[in-house]
Amino acid sequence: MSFVQYLISGLSLGSVYALIALGYTMVYGIAKMLNFAHGDVIMIGAFTTYTVCSTMGLPTAAGVLAAVVLCTLLGVCIEKVAYKPLRKAASPLAVLITAIGVSYLLQNIALLIFGTNTKAFASVVSLDAIKLADGQITFTGETIVTIIACIVIMAGLMLFIKKTKAGQAMLAVSEDKGAAQLMGINVNGTIALTFAIGSALAAIAGVLLCSSYPSLNPYTGSMPGIKAFVAAVFGGIGSIPGAFIGGILLGIIEIFAKAYISSQMADAIVFAILIVILLIRPTGLFGRNIQEKV
Amino acid sequence: MRMMAAKIKSNRILRSNLITFGMVIGVYIIVQILVAAGAVSSLVRGLLVPLCTYAILAVSLNLTVGILGELSLGHAGFMCIGAFSSAFFSKCMQDVIPIAGIRFTIAILIGALTAGVFGLLIGIPVLRLKGDYLAIVTLAFGEIAKNIINMLYVGIDESGIHFSTRNSLELNLSENGVVIIQGAQGITGTPNDSSFTVGILLLLITLVVILNLIHSRDGRAIMAIRDNTIAAESVGINITKYKLMAFSISASFAGVAGVLYAHNLSSLSATSKNFGYNMSIMILVFVVLGGIGNIRGSIIAAVVLTLLPELLRGLNDYRMLIYAVVLIAMMLFNWAPSCIRWREKIVYKLKSGKKHAKGAE
Amino acid sequence: MAMLEIRNLSISFGGLRAVDDFNVEVRKGCLYGLIGPNGAGKTTVFNLLTGVYKPNEGIITLDGQDITGKRTIDINHAGIARTFQNIRLFKDLSVADNVKVGLHNHMHYNTLEGILRLPRYRAVEKQLQEQALELLKVFELEAEADVLAANLPYGKQRKLEIARALATKPKLLLLDEPAAGMNPNETLELMNTIKFVQDHFDMTIILIEHDMRLVSGICEELTVLNFGRVLCQGATNDVLKDPEVIKAYLGE
Repeated sequence: MSFVQYLISGLSLGSVYALIALGYTMVYGIAKMLNFAHGDVIMIGAFTTYTVCSTMGLPTAAGVLAAVVLCTLLGVCIEKVAYKPLRKAASPLAVLITAIGVSYLLQNIALLIFGTNTKAFASVVSLDAIKLADGQITFTGETIVTIIACIVIMAGLMLFIKKTKAGQAMLAVSEDKGAAQLMGINVNGTIALTFAIGSALAAIAGVLLCSSYPSLNPYTGSMPGIKAFVAAVFGGIGSIPGAFIGGILLGIIEIFAKAYISSQMADAIVFAILIVILLIRPTGLFGRNIQEKV
Repeated sequence: MRMMAAKIKSNRILRSNLITFGMVIGVYIIVQILVAAGAVSSLVRGLLVPLCTYAILAVSLNLTVGILGELSLGHAGFMCIGAFSSAFFSKCMQDVIPIAGIRFTIAILIGALTAGVFGLLIGIPVLRLKGDYLAIVTLAFGEIAKNIINMLYVGIDESGIHFSTRNSLELNLSENGVVIIQGAQGITGTPNDSSFTVGILLLLITLVVILNLIHSRDGRAIMAIRDNTIAAESVGINITKYKLMAFSISASFAGVAGVLYAHNLSSLSATSKNFGYNMSIMILVFVVLGGIGNIRGSIIAAVVLTLLPELLRGLNDYRMLIYAVVLIAMMLFNWAPSCIRWREKIVYKLKSGKKHAKGAE
Repeated sequence: MAMLEIRNLSISFGGLRAVDDFNVEVRKGCLYGLIGPNGAGKTTVFNLLTGVYKPNEGIITLDGQDITGKRTIDINHAGIARTFQNIRLFKDLSVADNVKVGLHNHMHYNTLEGILRLPRYRAVEKQLQEQALELLKVFELEAEADVLAANLPYGKQRKLEIARALATKPKLLLLDEPAAGMNPNETLELMNTIKFVQDHFDMTIILIEHDMRLVSGICEELTVLNFGRVLCQGATNDVLKDPEVIKAYLGE
């Protein structure tokens, strides 16, 4: 394969990471918590589409819609039941561990319903591949849709935060929950909305992830979830453009490492680059460096 | 009066430590009696050494998370390094040092030292980072450690040690050479030197070192950094030195746990299950559930959470589901401010109820 | 000779000159006041003195030793200790342990002696306990020695911070608004304590304070800062009568 083709697969993988990372970064920026269950919401989204489309035989659109609706509800429920009671806990680690518990829970629910066998996920994209340069370079339909979806969603999120009242409320909550409350902002509602949006994004990311890489089992979401977390950190956690660029970069680095160095070493290389970047820029590419006032 | 108050305080610490030691020794004696009476299933017997391993891991991670106050998600990486370095040594020296006791003691020291050195090497650049950024970097380190060991081939012959990252043929060993680490297959045939008794001994050593460290001059400096780094600096505490001290001691005990783990198995390979980030997270779960900074709690949480899935074995498919629900419920019960208030209210009611009852008498 | 000498000290943040050409000489044993309106750059001077910020220009000498631009811990070792405007205690350590952290560099045993509880550990820990209690007694905190610092009432937290700073055996003590948030009685009591520290430990003290009764009551000399520049400098009584100072404080 040519360099350009690798670049394209990198972009494709990267835009999946970017999609997941956008959800991660929103939740982190506003609720200030690492939602370790985010990757598993992705998996639930993919399973929902799988059930609706492959098992029940309904049209693709219905499957995607069902995934988005279910994941949105799931995200809001998880926040209400498991995270909200711990928002004022003595240590921020409490909610992190609970998120891990939720992650186990989602994996095991899926395990009970769908079993351990890996399912073949039927792609939701019916777009034909575009071949350029006499078939030397191929853009698969999935790649095109994922990249476009990712750009559209990122732009949408940035507009949403800049232009709408709810978006401005999110910014305020992310700066200072107490002050936002005093200004009459519904902090609980804003955080719930953030989880709703983050989880809806996770559903879309899950469907697109499994369309490009069609093997689906209860652990499908874990590694992409961690990678997306890495991508969000690359870009500076909490920054939306940061998550996008971090995701794309991560995908490209991973594919290049697999292609040119060693497929076994790919993950190690990705993580090593992360360490180097953070040592040079301790809060990621676009992260804000807040110095403690003395 | 004042000296008495001081005495009372040091006695309190001493008593708390003694309870922890007593608990470990008590459990050991009871288990030994039960085993002798044949009342322990082979399944639970098989869990005894892993229980010690997890307890050591949890106690050592608590030094980083609870005492130093930094979040590390790479503890399994240090365990991995301890496991492989010591198993490599034991395998090489199996014939040279036939006395298991001596060989295993050296293996433990090697595992602890190697992991400690790595803790130092990783800590120097990384401990400048804060909070979640440190967490992700340590997670990355753990994954790198696992990944590299998975593709490492090491063999030994008369001319020394040979390395390769591709396959065992590339080691160019002579006829008498032996391949010790076989890439993803890892090390097979490590002598089974671990036992429950050794595990308990190592746990006790871990406890002595870490508890005594905490209640010493160095421990105070470490906790001062945790509570307020700027103030600690202003009273002349060397931040880097003490952060590194806590981090590398924590790493070296993770290494010890790795040694125990490696010498309990006939074949050792680095998978995402035993040395991946999932394992690091599992250890963190022990620490947080047991109470951040609470050493005894770490041990209890490690034991309970390791036994729980086994106790639920009868429930088959549902056991891990229940495990997850129990974990979430316990976290909420232990940490949610509303639950804590509710618990206090109940305790208060019970107490005042008792007083009333006494008054009535 | 002066205990502290600052020459032409300046620092800018962005375009703002937070401290501009600051000069001062504090003689040994003096209780010196640094006053001025909010945002005048008083705490910034403390941060420059303790190495939290590095100055753009200027020289700081402590007891003849150049400490300009050194690290915070080296400056503490050279002999400057401080308290903070927003209290910074080791809140999950006991009151006594807070002071013992301050004594850290004056009483040694190594890590191994600590872990193995060797005789030196016991001997030094005993001494540490005695010295910590002695210091706490000065601030009437000895009864609370085993209380967690976080559980102390506000006024006592401020006192504990001073005790901790003194434990590092400094030549110069910097107090950043020690009376902030105290009622008049507590302030009066604190005034006496500061005076006692000055006499008892033969200490040189610089004090940032807004409470004018405290300033006029105990400070021997004053510098008034306004917009990062020295407005007036000299003996307390002269400075407080200066029309420029009155104008800066009360407006025209």
